[in-house]
Amino acid sequence: MKRFIGFIKKEFYHIFRDRRSLFILFGMPIAQIMLFGFAITNEINNVDIAVLDHSKDAITEEIINKISASKYFSIHQFIEKERAIEAVFKKGKIKAVLNFEKEFSKNLVKEHKATIQIITDATDPNTANTISNYVNAILIQYQQELNKDITIEYQIVPQTRMVYNPELKSVYMFVPGVMTIILMLVSAMMTSISITREKELGTMEILLVSPLKPIQVIVGKVFPYIFLSVINAIVIVLLSIFIFKMPVQGSLFLLAIESVLFIISALALGILISTISTTQQTAMMISLMGLMLPVILLSGFIFPISSMPLPLQIISNIIPAKWFIIIIKGIMLKGVGLQFIWKETLILLAMTVFFIVLSVKKYKIRLE
Amino acid sequence: MSISVSNISKSYKNVTALQDISFNVKAGELFGLIGPDGAGKTTLFRILTTLLIANKGIATVAGFDVVSEYKKIRNNVGYMPGKFSLYQDLTVEENLEFFATIFGTTIEENYDLIRDIYVQIEPFKDRRAGKLSGGMKQKLALCCALIHKPKVLFLDEPTTGVDPVSRKEFWEMLKRLQQKDITILVSTPYMDEAALCDRIALIQDGKILQIDTPQAIVKHYPKQIYNVSANDTYQLLKSLNAYSYNHSVYPFGEFVHYTDSRANFNPKDLIAYLESKKLSNIEIYKTEPTIEDTFMELAK
Repeated sequence: MKRFIGFIKKEFYHIFRDRRSLFILFGMPIAQIMLFGFAITNEINNVDIAVLDHSKDAITEEIINKISASKYFSIHQFIEKERAIEAVFKKGKIKAVLNFEKEFSKNLVKEHKATIQIITDATDPNTANTISNYVNAILIQYQQELNKDITIEYQIVPQTRMVYNPELKSVYMFVPGVMTIILMLVSAMMTSISITREKELGTMEILLVSPLKPIQVIVGKVFPYIFLSVINAIVIVLLSIFIFKMPVQGSLFLLAIESVLFIISALALGILISTISTTQQTAMMISLMGLMLPVILLSGFIFPISSMPLPLQIISNIIPAKWFIIIIKGIMLKGVGLQFIWKETLILLAMTVFFIVLSVKKYKIRLE
Repeated sequence: MSISVSNISKSYKNVTALQDISFNVKAGELFGLIGPDGAGKTTLFRILTTLLIANKGIATVAGFDVVSEYKKIRNNVGYMPGKFSLYQDLTVEENLEFFATIFGTTIEENYDLIRDIYVQIEPFKDRRAGKLSGGMKQKLALCCALIHKPKVLFLDEPTTGVDPVSRKEFWEMLKRLQQKDITILVSTPYMDEAALCDRIALIQDGKILQIDTPQAIVKHYPKQIYNVSANDTYQLLKSLNAYSYNHSVYPFGEFVHYTDSRANFNPKDLIAYLESKKLSNIEIYKTEPTIEDTFMELAK
């Protein structure tokens, strides 16, 4: 045990004395989450919209005025025909079109119900989603004003239609994704580099000719990174809660446990990489190409898995990040408990055990 | 026997590194492996320190088999690889402490063993190992290899790249360690260091040329060696190499070591020959063979 503690102490010296890796460890998560956070912002201002008003009556005019009076929207143009909508979107300046049905006021008075269609350009899904939410909010407010002193309520029914990208992703999607990437990067790349560094500098030769057992070396190497990755995960969650006001619906405890599980599986992958590479550079390349790209492309973080071709869908199953993203999406966004994600957790656990066994087996007790 | 090697052979993909090597090192002996770069010294060290497995042959260290009982060997030996292999970003003291801990001991426990060496680097104990000079690095590496009081110490070219003064000090330390019942196997490409060992093995191209005490190895040199010097050493070498009766011609410091193939060699003949080559200030006198001469003779 004393040996083990001595080893871990040495690892911390390495980490804290290497400014570059320290920067990667702590600068990266903050930079990434900020970049993603502000790039995918849910604030909109002065978005250009177009209006197609089939009824042109007092109420539609009032709604239009309300919308153009808000700081979020400016009415860029009025169009006359349905056919023009497509053309307007193609120019790219207009992000949404409001389409009032014929005889809007009459329907509202007679049937207490009128329909307005909100068509948004969903090439930028997050903006599209936000626009429709804001328009809805304005409509609801107006509806309340109308209904103030009437017994039978008037109802304005907004119909939202997204064009160009019907499969809309959540605004908060980036937090689970970024968290996955960062934990993968820190855990797998940093451990594989730190183990191969020992090989490259020749210190592995001395470690081998010592009573240290393979498992002690591996766990000693990995332990500091578990600790640092957990800190990273906490930083990410705190940033997303306090800066981006992202609600974490589920149990934080469950989130922590699942994160540790994923961190360990990434670390095991890192060890595995270090057993097949002899230089720090190869280790870094393998980590980047072999882990980062699949995590970004195939985990469902950016591209929905369901819209991938079948072979890629099958491949995505062997990527631990996919399961972790499902798990933390569930916990953070839907607030589900373990009873809904036990299957994914079990898969992740099995993968982790597999990687650990494999990497201990592959760890060389000699130089060849 | 502290180290016993019998019929060890090792080859890499298409290079034969060691061929049928056998020797024994007695307990408490300072045994030298002398040979040029690429002779197979490092490979032999790695086999004995359980880092590599030989293709053929068996070896034991401190009574343990290098393959089946490798774990026991790893508890009982100190190893200093040819390349500086300590943590460059750790200070002198942290390195020493780390190696003490992983061998389950403390600096205090075996301090008397390393004291003579450590006092020399102690003024720099807060300096990072990577910032030490070559000689200091080797002293620290030796301390780290000794901190657990090993039974057998393996030093692979410990003085390569070290200045002459530090080299001398280093060998004095080895002599002192020997008094403390530590068997030492050391390799070096420097022939002058060979004379300081109890016994040496001359090794080249993966084969052992001769094993004996340095004195005996020198004594068995078959020829009389002459120191030859002249005003122009380059011309002298050229002329001697062209001389039809030469047996061997090697530059040796400011002289040329010369042996003649004839049994009744008369130095006057050689002087006459060299004068005919327009050399002046010619001096020829008998000298004792060195280990280097023996090595060159055996390696021929």
